[in-house]
Amino acid sequence: MSDLRDLYQEVILDHTKRPRNYGPLAGANRRAEGFNPLCGDRVRVLLEVNGDTVRDVRFEGTGCAISTASASLMTEAVKGRTVDEAEALFGNVHALLTASESSNSNELGPLEVLGGVRGYPMRVKCATLAWHTFRAALHEAAEPVTTE
Amino acid sequence: MSTVGGTRTARASAPALDIARIRKDFPILDRTVHGKPLSYLDNAATAQKPKAVIDAVSRYYSRHNANVHRALHELAVEATEAYEGARATVQRTLGAADPSEIVFVRGTTEAINLVAQSFVRPRMSPGDEVLVTEMEHHSNIVPWQILCEQTGGTLRVLPMDDRGELVLDELPNLLTPRTRLLSLVHISNALGTVNPVREITEVAHAAGVPVLVDGAQAVPHLPVDVRAIGCDFYAFSSHKAYGPTGIGALYGRAELLEEMPPYQGGGEMIRSVSFERTTYHDVPHKFEAGTPNVAGTVGLGAALEYLSALDPVALKNHEEDVFGYATRRVAEVPGVRLIGTAREKIAVVSFVLEGVHAHDVGTILDREGVAVRAGHHCAEPVMAHFGISATTRASFGLYNTREEADRLVDGLQRVIEIFR
Repeated sequence: MSDLRDLYQEVILDHTKRPRNYGPLAGANRRAEGFNPLCGDRVRVLLEVNGDTVRDVRFEGTGCAISTASASLMTEAVKGRTVDEAEALFGNVHALLTASESSNSNELGPLEVLGGVRGYPMRVKCATLAWHTFRAALHEAAEPVTTE
Repeated sequence: MSTVGGTRTARASAPALDIARIRKDFPILDRTVHGKPLSYLDNAATAQKPKAVIDAVSRYYSRHNANVHRALHELAVEATEAYEGARATVQRTLGAADPSEIVFVRGTTEAINLVAQSFVRPRMSPGDEVLVTEMEHHSNIVPWQILCEQTGGTLRVLPMDDRGELVLDELPNLLTPRTRLLSLVHISNALGTVNPVREITEVAHAAGVPVLVDGAQAVPHLPVDVRAIGCDFYAFSSHKAYGPTGIGALYGRAELLEEMPPYQGGGEMIRSVSFERTTYHDVPHKFEAGTPNVAGTVGLGAALEYLSALDPVALKNHEEDVFGYATRRVAEVPGVRLIGTAREKIAVVSFVLEGVHAHDVGTILDREGVAVRAGHHCAEPVMAHFGISATTRASFGLYNTREEADRLVDGLQRVIEIFR
């Protein structure tokens, strides 16, 4: 049985109250919007992609603690990565959030904290929203991302 | 506070409700959730069922199950009596003139769709109007949007104020010669507002506009008398009134139901069928195509009988006491803003907590065994009115207690601690 502390860990709460890389991005050349219609979480991800590197990243939006923390952690994790590395990271985080048992995810480092969301199936979409939106920004999808 | 019949009920000398005994009637209430006792405060979403309802459904399938109406054998006779007996129970509960004015449907949503397609659609020309209110549940918005798309009609909206009360001064302006129906909610699921449906129906009728009332949240909490209200249609759902899911009822005035074309075609709603010509059954069977949810109606009848066996004054006093207590205690929590502060409210305490999203509130409350709902409650226009995306909603039923309200507030303190 999952303990609330698995979900609302110190790191998650820290990123909720003091989100990193929050705000506009002047040099953004890729962007995407994401929306969870079930609860109203909204996120916009702005990227500055140079060659094949994610040079800079910001996010904006309103949402629950999990969606905000996940977005904040995402921006720290992807900044400076190559596009391929960022894609791989998306895959690993997605597996972490949706796998039925814990997978070998040593390389995820600070993102490990998101694993606690697995015990709260109703909140998984809160955690994945920012990541799906980030991926959409990478590929500059025309339609806004939705969790449905 | 008045009942919808317009009479004031006396608070003074009613016997108190034996809440301990009543809670024992509901098997699920002794569950634990995450190791904590269950405090079920999500009754506006669905209500729990007394053993009498569970047993009635079980007994129907064990002893009386058959298809209804046309067969000659004993079980079919018993099943038909059970089904039509439930219809008579609904008729008595709503105060309708005749059982033929009660149509069984899947729930309030289907009832509204039925009225939209069978009553309003034949009367709609391009440019005609349907009037709803700003506080409606999506089930009383989307069917009208679909209808307007189909017919070239316009959907108009009676606004509400920041207390969550309808701006009744606007009503005469919105009842125009092109208005084909006013459809409004009796008690708002998101705000708890009780609308003065009798007075509103009078105004609408004076303007020649028929009225449909969504009673989904009302039947569990108020005595309803459709003839006193005067409305043309009244809809409710069994599962919110302590009955099974998958069944509800639409009351319609006999002369309207008589002239309405069928909603769905199929068996049971016909008199005779050939490829040249098919004739339809009388009301209400004309609107009940296919084998009905007979077990559901049996459960619904048992639920309504359970409710009617309780002393109505004691029940009302108990619900008002717990609801008033919960509202006061929640309002005192630092950072809480109540959403929906109408002068007449029942059962629903919706709120936002500063700095914490409703989803987080709901998740943490769940871990304390407190079941509430967090989200837009299928009332996005209500959320938009208050500039928010979601509220946390605690909604009370007949078996809830002050103790459960205390657990709700303790849970909110826990939320504040975590997010401090």
